[in-house]
Amino acid sequence: MVVYLVRRLAYGVLTVFGVMLLLFVLFFGVTNPDDIARKAVGERAMPEVYVQWKKNHGYDRPMFLNTEHGVFDGRRYSDTLLFEHFRRLLSFDFGRSDNGDEPIARRLREGAGPSLSLTLPLFVLGLVLGIGIALLAAFFRETYIDRAVLLVCVVTMSVAGLLFIIGGQFLVGLLLKWFPVSGFDPNATVIARFLALPVLIGLVMGFGPDVRLYRTVFLEEMNRDYVRTARAKGAGDARVMLAHVLRNALIPILTNVVMAIPFLFTGALLLESFFGIPGLGSLTVDALNGNDFAMLRTMVYLGALAFIAGQILTDVSYALADPRVRLS
Amino acid sequence: MHWLSNITVVLLVLGSVWVARSAARSRFWRESAIELWRRRRLAILVVGVFVLIALLDAISWIGGGEGVAAYQPRTIVDRIFQPDTFREASYSAPLAKVAFYGGQPLDHPGAHLLGTDILGRDVVYRALKGVRVALLIGVFTSLIVIPLALLFGVTAGYFGRRLDDGVFFVMTLLASVPSLLLLIALITVLGKGTLQVCFALGVTSWVGFCRLARGETLKLREADYVSAARALGVSDFRIMMRHILPNLAHLVIITFALTFTGLVLTETILSYLGIGIDGSWGQMIDQARNELSRTPVIWWNITAAAVLLFVLVLAVNTIADAMRDIADPRTRRETQ
Repeated sequence: MVVYLVRRLAYGVLTVFGVMLLLFVLFFGVTNPDDIARKAVGERAMPEVYVQWKKNHGYDRPMFLNTEHGVFDGRRYSDTLLFEHFRRLLSFDFGRSDNGDEPIARRLREGAGPSLSLTLPLFVLGLVLGIGIALLAAFFRETYIDRAVLLVCVVTMSVAGLLFIIGGQFLVGLLLKWFPVSGFDPNATVIARFLALPVLIGLVMGFGPDVRLYRTVFLEEMNRDYVRTARAKGAGDARVMLAHVLRNALIPILTNVVMAIPFLFTGALLLESFFGIPGLGSLTVDALNGNDFAMLRTMVYLGALAFIAGQILTDVSYALADPRVRLS
Repeated sequence: MHWLSNITVVLLVLGSVWVARSAARSRFWRESAIELWRRRRLAILVVGVFVLIALLDAISWIGGGEGVAAYQPRTIVDRIFQPDTFREASYSAPLAKVAFYGGQPLDHPGAHLLGTDILGRDVVYRALKGVRVALLIGVFTSLIVIPLALLFGVTAGYFGRRLDDGVFFVMTLLASVPSLLLLIALITVLGKGTLQVCFALGVTSWVGFCRLARGETLKLREADYVSAARALGVSDFRIMMRHILPNLAHLVIITFALTFTGLVLTETILSYLGIGIDGSWGQMIDQARNELSRTPVIWWNITAAAVLLFVLVLAVNTIADAMRDIADPRTRRETQ
């Protein structure tokens, strides 16, 4: 078990390093600090401004190996873009954003709250709703209820998410005027008014794939022998579904759920930026529009980090629950 | 480069005919195709119409027309709609006789089936132009992705060991970055443009195909007929080409269909973020976003793009579902 744990962790660390290397190639190889600086200060800026900007943001270092300070000053060899990139990401010292010079860490702290206040209710409600409806569909399989659920799934999966948002804003916000069209206020009393519509739309957007997956899992479980045994000993429908099928189906469902957790932090990009919620998703969109490469790098890195951590957690909990896993 | 797209169209058509002919020789494919047609006639016809429109909009040549139009290549759809003359000054409602704002008489009263947009362009024409872009996203991306994914997935699964470790690591790496973030990062770094967007979409959808190919190859490698072939001294290359690849084909097609709809839907998000492909439905929807808050509401622009997008994606989705059931009626397992 310990061997498995160590190996799994080591592989996770290796993946994190891979992600960092990928980011370096993308942001320092494919596009380079000169381009980034040009975009930040503008094409017509004075050369001094350009040089100063590069210096301020740490982009003035050599790429791989620093030989400017002579052979004997060993420490300075690592004063390069590559080492600085790795050092910053590893120590979570993300520096300043390329657009506006604000410390990235502060923006992240400010964005995390609004993001979570949107994605957490979305996540919990989506899970409960998805499992509930999927259980219903699986129980009434091959009837009109099941077909209706499947139809709704296929139809909602075929509509672009953008349209749900635009349509929802138009219908509920503009025509019916139930909720504000967009905006955000962290006060506990009014926050629900601003979050109701995005959460609702987010639920509709996530409905299709989740319900279909859960239904498939339930159907597979319902064909197992233990279900027949449970029925034979006189367990009622509700007990079979809730106590037996649901419990056994939870393992594959949990995988899907854990994989969704990183997206709680990266935020629902579209929803946040459409509804003016100042979360991490909005930050990413702003970074994209403002050519803020440092911010984008950080967001990609954090998203990947959360995902890898989630994966390790799932794998480890599998290994704890099921001894067969360790063999493979 | 209009001749390039013409050559591409010819190659695509010839390629499809060749694939269809070779598939028709196998009983499995013949029966699957008949079963699919029986179950999803309407959806297949719909997709056929879309493909036809895209083909009509891909074949172009220089000549005809007046003024500037005479010197630039125009597609068959362009020639039918004549967008240079068949336009108005600004918005006009579907089949309207007068302009939407101001009420001046239109140049082509009652001729614009779905009205015109802010620049006076015919909405039907713009929506139909979007068909080619949508299919381009799917086809172009898969042309990059599928051969590479099959190459890496099959060789990794077949040879195992170091190669497998390497490919598996790259897959884990790409899968561990949330795909929308990776897309955004790639496009910011590479720059905007059709080619760049398709490449970025390819990178994010590559993992799915590769994982599928690797997993299936791992299973097939142990099959009796593969052992038999190996015992008879058939070369590794030949085993992969003759005994493993054909057994992956149906899975690849199903995954392609599902990936295609995902790609088209993702492009709308990219369009909203301002990094989409020019002329796509996503851009139409994005541009028409604010028109809904006007009074009176301008709905035709967004509706045209949304309906076409929805119909295409729904048709492909239902076909993919049916294919999955036909290929594997017992488990109905989700491939995702």
